[in-house]
Amino acid sequence: MTVAAPTPKANMGQPVPRYDGLAKVTGSALYAADFPHLDLAYAYLVSSGIAKGRVKSLDVREVRTLPGVLDILSHENMSDAVAHAKFFSDGGPVSNSVVPLSSPEIAYAGQTIAVVLANSYEAARDAAQRIVVDYDIDPASATFGSKGAIDQVLAEQSKKHEDPKVGDFASAYAAAPVKIDAAYSTPTQHHNPLELFATVCSWDGPNLTVYEPSQNVYGIKNGLAQQLGMDASRVRVISPFIGGAFGSKGALTQRTAIVAVAAKRLGRPVKLVATRRQAFTIATYRAETRHIIKLAATPDGKLQALSHEGFEVTSRPDPYAVAGTDASTRMYACPNIVSNVTIVRADRSTPGFMRAPAETPYFFALESAMDELAIALNMDPIELRRVNDTMKEPIKGLPYTSRSLMACFDEAATAFGWSKRNPRPGSMRDGDWLVGWGCATAAYPTQMAPASARVSLFPDGTARVETASHEIGTGIYTVAAQTAAEQLGLPFEKITVALGDTILPPAPVSGGSITTASVCSVIAQACAAIRGKLSNEAVGADLVEALNKRGLGAIEEYAEWVPHGAKAGAMQALYKGAAQPIGGAKLEDRMQFAFGAQFVEVRVHSQTREVRVPRMVSAFAAGRIMNTRTARSQLMGGMIWGIGSALHEQTDIDTNAARYVNTDLAEYLIPVNADVVDIEVIMVPEEDKLVNPLGIKGIGEIGIVGANAAVANAVYHATGQRIRDLPLRIDGLMPSA
Amino acid sequence: MRPFVYERAATSEVATQAIRAGIATDTAPRQGRYPAEFLAGGTNLLDLMKLDVMQPAKLIDITGLTQAHSAILVSPQALRLGALAKMSAVADHPEIIKNFPVVAQSLTLAASAQLRNMASIGGNVLQRTRCSYFRDTSWSACNKRNPGSGCAALDGYNRGHAVLGASKDCIATYPGDFAQALMALDAVVTVLGPDGTRTVPFSDLHRAPGSTPNVETTLRPGDVITAFVIPAATWMRRSLYMKIRDRQSYQFALASAAVALDIDDGGLVRQARIALGGVATVPWRARDAEAALVGKKLDPQTAESAARLAFGGAAPREHNAFKIALGQKTVTRALVQAATLEV
Ligand SMILES: Cc1cc2nc3c(=O)[nH]c(=O)nc-3n(C[C@H](O)[C@H](O)[C@H](O)COP(=O)(O)OP(=O)(O)OC[C@H]3O[C@@H](n4cnc5c(N)ncnc54)[C@H](O)[C@@H]3O)c2cc1C
Ligand code: SF4
Repeated sequence: MTVAAPTPKANMGQPVPRYDGLAKVTGSALYAADFPHLDLAYAYLVSSGIAKGRVKSLDVREVRTLPGVLDILSHENMSDAVAHAKFFSDGGPVSNSVVPLSSPEIAYAGQTIAVVLANSYEAARDAAQRIVVDYDIDPASATFGSKGAIDQVLAEQSKKHEDPKVGDFASAYAAAPVKIDAAYSTPTQHHNPLELFATVCSWDGPNLTVYEPSQNVYGIKNGLAQQLGMDASRVRVISPFIGGAFGSKGALTQRTAIVAVAAKRLGRPVKLVATRRQAFTIATYRAETRHIIKLAATPDGKLQALSHEGFEVTSRPDPYAVAGTDASTRMYACPNIVSNVTIVRADRSTPGFMRAPAETPYFFALESAMDELAIALNMDPIELRRVNDTMKEPIKGLPYTSRSLMACFDEAATAFGWSKRNPRPGSMRDGDWLVGWGCATAAYPTQMAPASARVSLFPDGTARVETASHEIGTGIYTVAAQTAAEQLGLPFEKITVALGDTILPPAPVSGGSITTASVCSVIAQACAAIRGKLSNEAVGADLVEALNKRGLGAIEEYAEWVPHGAKAGAMQALYKGAAQPIGGAKLEDRMQFAFGAQFVEVRVHSQTREVRVPRMVSAFAAGRIMNTRTARSQLMGGMIWGIGSALHEQTDIDTNAARYVNTDLAEYLIPVNADVVDIEVIMVPEEDKLVNPLGIKGIGEIGIVGANAAVANAVYHATGQRIRDLPLRIDGLMPSA
Repeated sequence: MRPFVYERAATSEVATQAIRAGIATDTAPRQGRYPAEFLAGGTNLLDLMKLDVMQPAKLIDITGLTQAHSAILVSPQALRLGALAKMSAVADHPEIIKNFPVVAQSLTLAASAQLRNMASIGGNVLQRTRCSYFRDTSWSACNKRNPGSGCAALDGYNRGHAVLGASKDCIATYPGDFAQALMALDAVVTVLGPDGTRTVPFSDLHRAPGSTPNVETTLRPGDVITAFVIPAATWMRRSLYMKIRDRQSYQFALASAAVALDIDDGGLVRQARIALGGVATVPWRARDAEAALVGKKLDPQTAESAARLAFGGAAPREHNAFKIALGQKTVTRALVQAATLEV
């Protein structure tokens, strides 16, 4: 086996190469904007250059006469074309409750204020760039501390959120001998998937087909029908491949309805591929956060008190919050805990899910503070985690279904060579470079959602899996085929898989690391039903023989699977595109989490202070690993993103204008190959019979969770400088001149 | 991007005439620029046209001049680089790597392999600032793009902006790397204009923003850069380019230094050449710092005090103050490293 295809350990599936690998590398995999259409028209968005105010006038006279320009849509001719739909946190389909092109009011910079339709992309772009917009400008609040930004207690705004707390934090904190009290922050970040936000809409009489990269095709189907006042059965959404999503393609954005209306009005299919710059404002993002953490411990490291206060920016209309205190308060044994979350309303677009939405910022704070506590205690940071490891979460005393945190620490520490670490900051120099080693805990809730699928077995020994799940690059085609192959006893090559189309049975949103667990569970169930119908024992050739003996043309089983803890009606919600993931810390009776331990070596130049990461080792235990190849790739992707999140990524905000500044991939920095040197992924065997019948926990997001803190902890070890604000860049590490 | 007229020029004479003709047909300068532009690799110009930042009515494609103006000639007297040479051709040239390391390094550390294969060195020195307010036309205030409109960067987000050579009308950083090598090495530019060929010291090519940040060079309409000539000198081999950035590759400099040293057998500096990038509005020569090194032994202390002189007049804005300290450390590091080179 190669590095890319690790030998499976206990409870791990084979590293089968990707089902769709060949199609992708040869270019035959069609992404949303790739499908051919006859008589296609092109849309180009005009984006607001101000954050707050209204469009006074939109001078389109010159532009209308340009060759190739077909129409210009704006609030002046669209005002009631799209109906209001609820924000998804309130149970609706949309990522942002501002109704597109419904009024001249501007709620955030980059809001779509007009759309040019033309015979070519170039003509549409030229026209859009020439439109002269006159604004009434109101002062806008950009972020924390901006004039006019409003702080609200999340628990008072959202019925769903309850601040975890237990015991008497204040007295325990006051009485404890060793304490940490520190403030941390994380910046605005944007997903920047390589594939841009594209939408193509095509009408055939009353029927609408939408091609759009989506993590939730049923969500788009139902939400769009609601926005357009039509029957959802008339909407079909096609999304067989998604070129990166990371949460940004989960909810319905404003562009889809606009393109649908445009196509209807023109009587032609319309294609929109929004620009990279527009990608910063037409979809969601990770909002900036702040944290205050207080920790107190006994001299031998036992946590006595923990307080986590979180602050998150959101938009005026929508109370989006990630509220990572749900997880951060439950990681370690501690008798006295308080927490609260404050949302800060500013004149920004509504943020949304981005890889480990809650854990990435909240664990940066928690795991940095744990490192600070270890130093205050003069204790090895791994030992501090060990002393406070627990099989019961501390708030309600619920048991973890499984938790292999210390096994992860031990395996990763050995592979990393942690025992050779000199704990004294600045002690591990290599010439002009200061070397630092740091580590942190990663954890991610094991969640699932209802799913449905259809599996068919044919007399020639092939089988077909159909479910409207989404290939966002994670490998669901592959593990879906593997599951069917395993369950039916057929070779992998005999399975075909159809995904990403609302003519297929619904699967839940591909977010929250739920896909493999949910979708493979239902596929296994459908396969079991086929076996049950034909002959309970037989698999493989015998099963096919049983089918042939009966003279059947095919046997087709539709299955529905509902996870532990799902509410009544969850399956029906799935058909509406609104199934909520359940699990993690949200269950009444137990805790479901995957864990990991992340180790990083940094080098900081002693003079110019740039930070590099030559080495990263992480171990994860996440129940059954379906395919060690795709799993390693997924975990590695998370770790690499962790390097970027810690060192590079930040959407710069002009706070006067409440606008983003570095809106392209030259200025919005992510790691390049030269920044990613040696990444070692260790998968620790773990069996969890409770989470679902196959024992899958999900690994989509956990790879990033501990990376921020591990890097910051390593930088402290290298330099003696504790950086509590991400990203960790030269500015923060440079002593002033 | 606006529609434009596209022409190919087979010789530089035709190119300059075509520009003249372009100007004659459309005399109103747009955004303070001449309405016709040369097109070389297009990696900067086409990018800015797609963003609607540049709106030339006419493009004169000069890639047809490549044959005539891309030679790399090394002689005992000078290094002569044809302006249409690709960045990669110069960066990968074995003799340049060995004998003019700062030249090769300034190009190797720039952009990406794909861009270096596409872009010409002439276009490279003329590339325009990466100031985000300049590159996004929805910001109304930018004197460089729209003369007289103001400068959004002054009180905006200015981490990347210049601390040297700025004016109250523009603080945009000159983004390129190669220009620092040319600056340090006293390069001369060969220009073919409507009135014939002339040479210009490289240090006279770029203009500080002053009150007309839209005017970036001393080139006149129709001037084609045909070559850069770097005179041979005793400090060539002991030279290097130090580029500091947040990530390891594919980023413009936060601070950079092109340095070249001539050190005598006793370890004393005979001559020093220092140019700064990432911190100034134009390719920036640090002459005071150079002078301060002459006759001294180059140890970290002398390097540091020279570096301090290099940033004598630095003026920070809200987010870029770190560039003063960083720039000084970069110069110090570059000098100390150059002093230890085996030549
Ligand atoms: C993502 C990205 C990252 C980059 N990173 C870096 C970096 O780190 N360091 C760096 O130095 N550069 C960097 N660059 C810039 C790149 O090096 C320049 O775009 C390139 O060198 C320009 O050369 P070109 O031939 O493509 O010029 P063009 O785009 O063709 O021309 C640029 C300008 O020069 C004029 N021009 C071109 N040739 C001549 C000539 N012979 N005579 C007169 N006028 C002429 C044109 O009219 C135009 O105005 C980066 C670019 C990108 C897109
Ligand atoms: S710094 Fe210069 S380029 Fe940038 S906004 Fe100001 S005037 Fe324009």
